[in-house]
Amino acid sequence: MFKSLATPEFLAKIDTEKCIRCKRCIQNCGWGVYSWGGNNVLIDTFKCVKCLRCYHYCPEEAITIEDNPVRYRNNANWGFYNIRNIKKQAETGGILLTGMGSDMPYPVLFDSLLIDACQVTNPSIDPLREPMELRTYLGKKPARLEFEKGPDGKSKLKTKMPPQIKLDLPFIFAPMSYGSISLNAQKTLAIAAKELGIVMNTGEGGLHEEIYPYRSNIIVQVASGRFGVNPDYLNAGVAVEIKIGQGAKPGIGGHLPGEKIPLDIAKTRMIPVGTDALSPAPQHDIYSIEDLRQLIYAIKEATNYTKPVSVKIAAVHNVAAIASGIVRAGADIVYIDGFRGGTGAAPSTIRDHLGIPIEHAIAAVDERLRQEGIRNEASIIAAGGIRSSADAAKAIALGADACAIGTAALITMGCTVCGKCYTGNCSWGITTQRPELTVRLDPEIFAERLINLIHAWTHELKEILGALGINAVESLRGSRERLRGVGMDAQTLDILGIKPAGR
Amino acid sequence: MLTIDAKGVYYRDLNSKVRDAVSKGEKEILLKNVNGQYYIGDGLQGDATITVEGVPGNDLAAFMDGPTIIIKANAQDNISNTMNSGKVIVHGNAGDVLGYGMRGGKLHIKGDVGYRVGIHMKGYKKQMPVIIAGGKAGDFFGEYMAGGVLILLNLDGDKNDNRNIVGDYLGTGMHGGTIFIRGDVDKKLCGAEVGVSDLSEEDTKLLTDYLKDYCNDFGLKLDEIMKTPFKKLIPASLRPYGNLYAY
Repeated sequence: MFKSLATPEFLAKIDTEKCIRCKRCIQNCGWGVYSWGGNNVLIDTFKCVKCLRCYHYCPEEAITIEDNPVRYRNNANWGFYNIRNIKKQAETGGILLTGMGSDMPYPVLFDSLLIDACQVTNPSIDPLREPMELRTYLGKKPARLEFEKGPDGKSKLKTKMPPQIKLDLPFIFAPMSYGSISLNAQKTLAIAAKELGIVMNTGEGGLHEEIYPYRSNIIVQVASGRFGVNPDYLNAGVAVEIKIGQGAKPGIGGHLPGEKIPLDIAKTRMIPVGTDALSPAPQHDIYSIEDLRQLIYAIKEATNYTKPVSVKIAAVHNVAAIASGIVRAGADIVYIDGFRGGTGAAPSTIRDHLGIPIEHAIAAVDERLRQEGIRNEASIIAAGGIRSSADAAKAIALGADACAIGTAALITMGCTVCGKCYTGNCSWGITTQRPELTVRLDPEIFAERLINLIHAWTHELKEILGALGINAVESLRGSRERLRGVGMDAQTLDILGIKPAGR
Repeated sequence: MLTIDAKGVYYRDLNSKVRDAVSKGEKEILLKNVNGQYYIGDGLQGDATITVEGVPGNDLAAFMDGPTIIIKANAQDNISNTMNSGKVIVHGNAGDVLGYGMRGGKLHIKGDVGYRVGIHMKGYKKQMPVIIAGGKAGDFFGEYMAGGVLILLNLDGDKNDNRNIVGDYLGTGMHGGTIFIRGDVDKKLCGAEVGVSDLSEEDTKLLTDYLKDYCNDFGLKLDEIMKTPFKKLIPASLRPYGNLYAY
């Protein structure tokens, strides 16, 4: 066979002195890097993706995975991946696929934002000893409240509240479909969401019967492939989301490769086993805001107006105007996914070069909806690159009601962001449907880790609020006065609606 | 039989009346003077029969799961959007994007249909959606089709006009399901993912079963229809885009 001229990215090495020939590396690697050679382990380093499963499961710490020191000749313009990708495409003629969010070194504005704190003139609050309100309701809020006297003479609310999603924390788990991730990964999210009093999102893959019991902690998604959508599904969760776009791949559809379509997925999605599950790029019944309104209300009719309807879009150039249209079309929630957001599979070219960052998008959308006087008509969810509680706090201060967590949740399950989700070989049992791999992910155990993470972020968020001298996340929402920019140009400061540090 | 006069009634109120009636166990509902109201039968479950007099609006029978809707006139766009089960019978022409993501049940149309009919229909075992149109169809018929059955009859032949039986981009992106077309299919109109063949005995039996029911609905003669040979369109590959990527 022709040996690929695309240099291997990583070198897997085994210290034969330390190796006890237990073959655990062979069992654990989902990529087939290791095989048994009779008296030692053979290594096909071309297959290594540096997911580190073998490293963690080697009892003797005999394995190291290095970045291949053999690089092409140094060149400031033609980097390693520029050359390697061309060689790969010359050999295959294919579109370069990738998983997870963009790994390109675009500036991350979260890292140039600093949060205010109280000193002397206003008191900070100690969240360990004082109550701190993080409860968040997602949905349309009435423009004004009217009260009337009840028969007992007491005032009661006359205004009918539109349906809301009640969250104990301003976090939700980002949509990841059954198919792109394993059932055990979805269960992990569901168990954690229930325990935390928040919600997970099914993504566009239907709802496996084992997830149905978590109905009060689920948002179900309707996307262009309409996989798994029926009246029971629409009414199975606390809200319905229409997916228009995804930050990692704005403007293109989904494509779950046939390798990830065994019997169970085929059943849930209602397509033949082993075919590619295609989600068309557009929803072919939506070519305008009016058409979007038609689908929003088709869903409201089907759920008898009992569930908020969310519309998920990728952050793109005109995101503010588009979000305004979405709100006017009747959406209760606008979910905005920045270009650094994750994906199970996307062409690298699309992932790395289309869309805009979430920081700009949230600020622009919040500002626009306020200017138009319709900010109360819908909640905003910020997604696509929330890496820490600080990122979440900054996104909320820029105008988000809640933040979606996708990649970070997967990292608690073992993910090392190797970016090979599209192959279906995930050794951690997350983005695979191979039963010998998915069984590694015990939902009970990993849900606990995920809960730990969100608890930790919650404590941190409370500390931030305390330092700001406020006792409710509501007071942070859109409070850009409490943010300052470091090293940003005047126009960026203007777009974000913040002052430079020192002002 | 419950009769509801839809004249001047807002769609939301009309559909709420229908939902209430069905939840109270009403099995026969007649909607009179319907004039473009959206979402009739949307998400409706059970086994009621709804007869519509007048032209209903878009998204009729969207997400519907069980009931039968009979439309005595023409109908508009997005009928049977993601429908799960049940039946819709249209005694006239119907518009664009019919049966989008349809998962089961039947949609019988006596006349012509518009663009993008049967887009991304699916099927799995007993869930086998069927759309039959008696006239001609526009572009993108059966686009992205993943399962189910689409049948186009062209019953009037070229008597009334000289349009093609079906538009361009027939079955583009098809990766499952079957399309039957009565008459010849111009291969130039087909998407690259489509294979055209004659019917096997088994195909003919299946087709006959579907058409019996259709003929019943509209008082047509099955023998007459079957006199003209059909073509069968299936995906040439289960993975039309399997070689598109560099792994």
